Amino acid sequence: MTEKNTPLWEVFIRARNGLSHKHVGSLHAVDSEMALQAARDVYTRRGEGQSVWVVRSSDIVASDPSEKEVMFEPTGSKIYRHPTFYDIPEDVGHM
Amino acid sequence: MYSQGLIGADGATHEDAAFLEAFQARIDAELKIEPNDPMPAGYRKTLVRQIAQHAHSEIVGMLPEGNWITRAPTLRRKAALLAKVQDEGGHGLYLYSAAETLGVSREELVDQLLSGKAKYSSIFNYPAITWADIGTIGWLVDGAAIMNQIPLCRCSFGPYARAMIRVCKEESFHQRQGYEIMLTLSRGSEEQKAMAQDALNRWWWPSLMMFGPHDADSTHSDQSMAWKIKRFTNDELRQKFIDATVPQAEFLGLTMPDPDMKWNEEKGGYDHGEIDWDEFWRVVKGDGICNRDRMKARRKAHDDNAWVREAALAYADKAAARETAVAAE
Ligand SMILES: [Fe+2]
Ligand SMILES: [Fe+2]
Repeated sequence: MTEKNTPLWEVFIRARNGLSHKHVGSLHAVDSEMALQAARDVYTRRGEGQSVWVVRSSDIVASDPSEKEVMFEPTGSKIYRHPTFYDIPEDVGHM
Repeated sequence: MYSQGLIGADGATHEDAAFLEAFQARIDAELKIEPNDPMPAGYRKTLVRQIAQHAHSEIVGMLPEGNWITRAPTLRRKAALLAKVQDEGGHGLYLYSAAETLGVSREELVDQLLSGKAKYSSIFNYPAITWADIGTIGWLVDGAAIMNQIPLCRCSFGPYARAMIRVCKEESFHQRQGYEIMLTLSRGSEEQKAMAQDALNRWWWPSLMMFGPHDADSTHSDQSMAWKIKRFTNDELRQKFIDATVPQAEFLGLTMPDPDMKWNEEKGGYDHGEIDWDEFWRVVKGDGICNRDRMKARRKAHDDNAWVREAALAYADKAAARETAVAAE
């Protein structure tokens, strides 16, 4: 018997209102309805969540880890984007 | 489980020195390794093996306890045991997903368990004969698991460490419900007390074996320590477990089944008698009391449920086809 593999889903949970949804792990399910039910059973057995998102892993577009430098390096050198770059006399007070 | 997961794990790796040095520098700086980061093949292989074995242990570990759910003495105990066994299933699922981030599929992992190619912890090849065994499993087996799992929360591989944090949060209830059962029995009738002592006698030595072979006989352990997959040696963890557990047994009024067990003032810990490593290897190699039963039960569950997986997939395919048809209209 050749069985087809069951698709992989990523699970995101909002612990409570005021917080954003956070990735908690993944699971296998054939469709979105079963993915949601499984997410509830696997990841929220102790009131961990108020809201759950499930996303098919294959639908996630991710940055290429081998291009990490090209992607994120430029911001490293732009220290003028940080408040500490600017000299303000202490007399001015907190700013 | 856990430390047994490294038995035979060959961390041999063939990358050049510069690559390995850069990787080691990241590990030494306590930077987590994430799935898409460059890593030595040996690191990946070792982790897949350990995480998978850990996952299998959680799943097979449901069997000895699941067997007692219908026979729990009260509704309170039944609800607790049911929740605990469900947690263990959850632990298996968190761990399978962590292993999958390393590029192995769930189907392959399950297949390795069912074909006998992958192992699970030796402890689950012992039978749970009486209700006191359920107390002892929670107290000792989950207790030993906690000792092993707490340092794994700081494992260098991100997904494994995160899964362990979730697992550790849930384990404490497991150990407490087990100890509470033992407390009730050891404060009960003479028969109940004898039942508690008998369970301790049978589970004590196998629990010590959960930590794996002595450091001197534990191959590949150094590499796992250097890569911070492992933070303490088998003997260190075993010692911690013994030192934590002996006073708990005393509180219950039970006797450790080890005449050589005594406090060693100098090392600030208990000395213990020799572990029967022949028994350990027999069980690891498949000749424990329950190895065959456990595998039979897993295979049967997998086969009996095949139609459910097929039906769910067929339903999903049909629903998807219907949606495409509607969209095309
Ligand atoms: Fe567990
Ligand atoms: Fe547990």
